[in-house]
Amino acid sequence: MSTVVGEVDQHDDHHHHAPSGITRWLFTTNHKDIGSLYLWFSFIMFLVGGSMAMVIRAELFQPGLQLVDPHFFNQMTTVHGLIMVFGAVMPAFTGLANWMIPMMIGAPDMALPRMNNWSFWILPFAFSILLASLFMEGGGPAFGWTFYAPLSTTYSSDSTALFVFSVHIMGISSIMGAINVIVTIMNMRAPGMSYMKMPLFVWTWFITAFLLIAVMPVLAGAVTMVLTDKYFGTSFFDAAGGGDPVLFQHIFWFFGHPEVYIMILPSFGIVSAIIPAFSRKKLFGYASMVYATAAIAGLSFLVWAHHMFTTGMPVFAELFFMYCTMLISVPTGVKVFNWVATMWRGSISFETPMLFALAFVILFTIGGFSGLMLAITPVDFQYHDTYFVVAHFHYVLVSGAIFSIMAAAYYWLPKWTGHMYDEKLAKTHFWASLISVNVLFFPMHFAGLAGMPRRIPDYSIAFADINQIVSIGGFAFGLSQLIFLWVVIKCVKGGEKAPTKPWEGAEGLEWTVPSPAPYHTFDTPPEVK
Amino acid sequence: MSERPTQPDNTRIVRRLLLTVVGMFAFGFALVPLYNVFCDITGFNGRFTDGQAAANTKTVDTSRTINVQFITRVNKGMPWGFEPEVQSVRVHPGETKVINFFAKNLTGKNMVAQAIPSVAPGEASLYLNKVECFCFNQQPLAAGSDTAMPMQFYLDPEIPEHIHTVTLSYTMYDMTENAQPDALAALAQPVN
Repeated sequence: MSTVVGEVDQHDDHHHHAPSGITRWLFTTNHKDIGSLYLWFSFIMFLVGGSMAMVIRAELFQPGLQLVDPHFFNQMTTVHGLIMVFGAVMPAFTGLANWMIPMMIGAPDMALPRMNNWSFWILPFAFSILLASLFMEGGGPAFGWTFYAPLSTTYSSDSTALFVFSVHIMGISSIMGAINVIVTIMNMRAPGMSYMKMPLFVWTWFITAFLLIAVMPVLAGAVTMVLTDKYFGTSFFDAAGGGDPVLFQHIFWFFGHPEVYIMILPSFGIVSAIIPAFSRKKLFGYASMVYATAAIAGLSFLVWAHHMFTTGMPVFAELFFMYCTMLISVPTGVKVFNWVATMWRGSISFETPMLFALAFVILFTIGGFSGLMLAITPVDFQYHDTYFVVAHFHYVLVSGAIFSIMAAAYYWLPKWTGHMYDEKLAKTHFWASLISVNVLFFPMHFAGLAGMPRRIPDYSIAFADINQIVSIGGFAFGLSQLIFLWVVIKCVKGGEKAPTKPWEGAEGLEWTVPSPAPYHTFDTPPEVK
Repeated sequence: MSERPTQPDNTRIVRRLLLTVVGMFAFGFALVPLYNVFCDITGFNGRFTDGQAAANTKTVDTSRTINVQFITRVNKGMPWGFEPEVQSVRVHPGETKVINFFAKNLTGKNMVAQAIPSVAPGEASLYLNKVECFCFNQQPLAAGSDTAMPMQFYLDPEIPEHIHTVTLSYTMYDMTENAQPDALAALAQPVN
């Protein structure tokens, strides 16, 4: 794989002699190399986490216990969540940031290239530790990706220490990535590139990076408390020793809610680049997009307890968190309406990036609406911990975040590889994904409303048909992603030569450099008017 | 064409960001005492950390009657019997009541336990005053023996109008491993 990508980058590289072979990738400080590493790593993790989802869906194909024992099922739901959040979505965004932010702001590289290398190369260790814990005696983490105490303290297996250390490493990696993004954006913008001229992808990542810096340390604190509670006799979350398990949920969700915006804000940036390009119009309401992103980020710190309505909070607190949560739909609505207004009377064409971006807008909005339903305290008591919640967050994360990453990959593949991807194959990937993702997640709403609990390997036979449909959708969605792999490999290996600007309506500095982007770009900063 | 920003500029931003990271890590831990203070003030989560209340000097409000329920449970794997003498009592705000709780060590070894209270609704925990409670101390019990443990309480007459039922729940935890010295000393005396 690496040699294939290597071939591409040698092109147009007249003043640089990169070391070849594995050392090139180990020691690289080039933002494009590191971006590619992040993207490939996240795709591998996507397939690993995806195969765990396949195990889950295979077990749930029929009621009763047939394929795996319940303890292993719990490990699958837990590690699937951890891998997809920290291994697939977040590194994919960091990869896109590495590739695109310097090119979008006219910088020659990231501000801290050596740290950039470190922030990537500690990730494989984090995930090796996490995955290896599955093979330990007593199994890997089985307490859900949210690792609620006392499940993760009193009742967890001995591998919990490995889980804690792997989360620490993932956190350090994310924090280093975020620091790099902030310093790059603040210090490396080309002359004339004022903050309010930055592309929205840069803006959304800038805000995301601040969220990361604010909440990843809190997550590190939470896992550290779990570690000391389990192994060193502290009682942060142990009622017998004067602690409180509900406190765990407060600390976790203080991290957890901003975390879900960390996984969606860069998507907003991507879609805000793609929709204007294929509508051949300027983005409607640029400034309002920036302010809406900042508003969403700010509000994300005031809504964490909506994950905890059933813990017995006072009514006043429930109302406060309910209203704050609903308030988030206002800036989010601003964004959705801006995208629609951008398309209004545009001259739209439907290449694959645009198809994914459109699917993002519609399906993310569905996920947003189910989120609004979950925000209503009294009905949340019914929806809590059911498949309705599973349906909700998969709509925003799979058909939201992941669809936007796919859109970004198709949009910038010609720039990365110098070749056009196979449009017919890509469209097949899109339609297969679109149909299967809805077969997979839409019926989950109904299963949840009818009372099917999440994270349980068995269920009432009343849910048999619905689960069979969901599982078929799941297998189809999983297989469809192999088409994506095929398209990408085919595009890396060859294909129609991509021009400097393959998309007629595209805007931005990245389209002023040749395709494929030379190993070094913007050694002399461009002038931005 | 202007100059690229110089290196020290990067260092300054990185230093500030790293400080923020350290600060937020500390904030995660600061949430623990903050949470306790918050719970004490608001009664949030029904936690009951204020300990012993002053003797009852309130006037009894006979116009209201509140149902106080008692729930007892032992933590998972804790081999004790633990029960209140009654499931619930009806009290007037301001009226003092004494309820006995019975504990029995069902094992063949000496043990020390700690009962942890919780009140629902959380709001009511601010108005439930315990003059005397076994939960203030650890409970030593010799192998196979049992004991009656009194709990004396009154409800503050200021308790909000909309509260008609208060549930007081105790969970008994095994503290033999982490027993306080005085609890251990009580056990060291010969049984009977």
